[in-house]
Amino acid sequence: MSKLYTARHAMGAKVTGEALVAKDGFSARYDLNRIDGVFSRPAHKLAGQSYVGKVLVLDTAKGGVASAWMLHEMQSREKAPLAIVFNTVNPILAQGAALGDITMLAGFDEDITAAIPHGAQVEIDPEAKTLRVL
Amino acid sequence: MKLNDQEKAMLAGELGPVPQLAMQHQVKVGTFFGAEDMVPVTQAHIMADTESLGEAGVRWLEKLAATTTGDHTVRIPTITDPRGTDFSKAKQLRQADWMLALERRAIDAFVKLGVSMTDTCINYQTIQAPTRGEHVAFGDTGVVIYSNSVCGARSNFEGGPSALSAGITGRTPRYGYHLDEHRRATIHVRTDWTPVTLNDWGALGGVIGKLAGNYWAVPVVEGLDRAPTSDELKHFGAAMASFGSSALFHLVGITPEASRLEDVKGHNMHYVQVSKDDVVALHKHYAVEKDVDVVVFSAPQLSLYELRALAELCEGRKFKIPLLATTSPQVKPDADRFGYTKRIEDAGGTVYSGMCFYQSYAREIAEANGWKRLATNSAKIVNILGGYGYVPMLATMEECVAAAETGRLA
Repeated sequence: MSKLYTARHAMGAKVTGEALVAKDGFSARYDLNRIDGVFSRPAHKLAGQSYVGKVLVLDTAKGGVASAWMLHEMQSREKAPLAIVFNTVNPILAQGAALGDITMLAGFDEDITAAIPHGAQVEIDPEAKTLRVL
Repeated sequence: MKLNDQEKAMLAGELGPVPQLAMQHQVKVGTFFGAEDMVPVTQAHIMADTESLGEAGVRWLEKLAATTTGDHTVRIPTITDPRGTDFSKAKQLRQADWMLALERRAIDAFVKLGVSMTDTCINYQTIQAPTRGEHVAFGDTGVVIYSNSVCGARSNFEGGPSALSAGITGRTPRYGYHLDEHRRATIHVRTDWTPVTLNDWGALGGVIGKLAGNYWAVPVVEGLDRAPTSDELKHFGAAMASFGSSALFHLVGITPEASRLEDVKGHNMHYVQVSKDDVVALHKHYAVEKDVDVVVFSAPQLSLYELRALAELCEGRKFKIPLLATTSPQVKPDADRFGYTKRIEDAGGTVYSGMCFYQSYAREIAEANGWKRLATNSAKIVNILGGYGYVPMLATMEECVAAAETGRLA
């Protein structure tokens, strides 16, 4: 039976996709080449990997307030992640997900980056506040 | 969320489509964070450079600004973070015409919405610092952490759409740092060393920010041997917010909520010791080159006192590589009057007004100008610019000015 993880915070539409997992932070301004749709900060654990259409499973929201606009801008060019899942979220990423209509889950009883295998197919149901490994 | 009658009217569209859209956004965010209700705010500060907004964000703003029915302007003082350019010097940066056109469109939209284009990330030094307990909706992480920590005000990080929404509705969801329970310390930091230079203050903030690690962690720091200046705390807080996503710190005996450690002591605080060695290690992490293509003083914008210090260091020099300093439109006229701008620019530097380096299409101007190796005294900016393809290096203001003359960091 597939394992189910429950979050404390959720928003957006139900989605299914491939998980890109790292015990690292996330900021659209600091970490991404948003034109090419890849992680670009050399020290990031996902450096060089494409995030477009993926379910990002990361430790914590980082950095500046620009991500609140940037997720919306990335979505408009179809260069956005499908969903973002955090152990710890900050207001900026939540505000950005709200404007950009990006599914988001945050706040688990365990380290979600250790629980979800990199590359796994996952289903996110914000109404139920759950993430399921398929 | 519990909404009062006015908030319900906004949500129902009775005050027009602009307050309705703003309230819908705020309810979505407030519900996500479990906010019980809204809290009235007195000021809003919007981060909205067009590199972040993009064409999609500008169109979103223009649609709001084109609305003429109902309430369609901000109802509280609402000001802006730095723009993506200084129009008078955009050619020197080799910014493209499309960037300037996008900036003009965004400015036009903000003005129609009643926003005051202050274009500053040091509004707490130049416009109006909030007071202890004042609820505000501020963008720019450096502005929020300074206002929360040094002024004792109450704000979450409010990204552009949320800060504009707060300006339009005059309130924001009551969660996070608007609540007493989130303002207690979670990390007890002891330091045996008090920095002297601004880059060291920034680096210390960065080290503590990395230890804090997330938005909800609140460091309380003991061991500083004097009260820091506003500029020192500006760099300290901005770097802490940048490296750690932190929005609040306390300094025992210095910041207003922490007369004593007991005043802010949280449950289950963990203890860490931070020393000069940690700050030196952070500098070394970035010290990978000696040759420098460009020197930047920015992030946060420079105060009048920083520009004064920079002007003194520029006296009698001739720069070999570009030296850029950014300040606010409120400080720039005084810097001009007092001759600071002239002394910096006579040496070959440039003082930009109303912009910040990393918010000004940093990737594109790097490519247009052949800039890669960058020296700065801002710990915040070295944390940001790696993702933009730069090799940023952190040094003192004196070392950076010398590098502008020789093309090398000593």
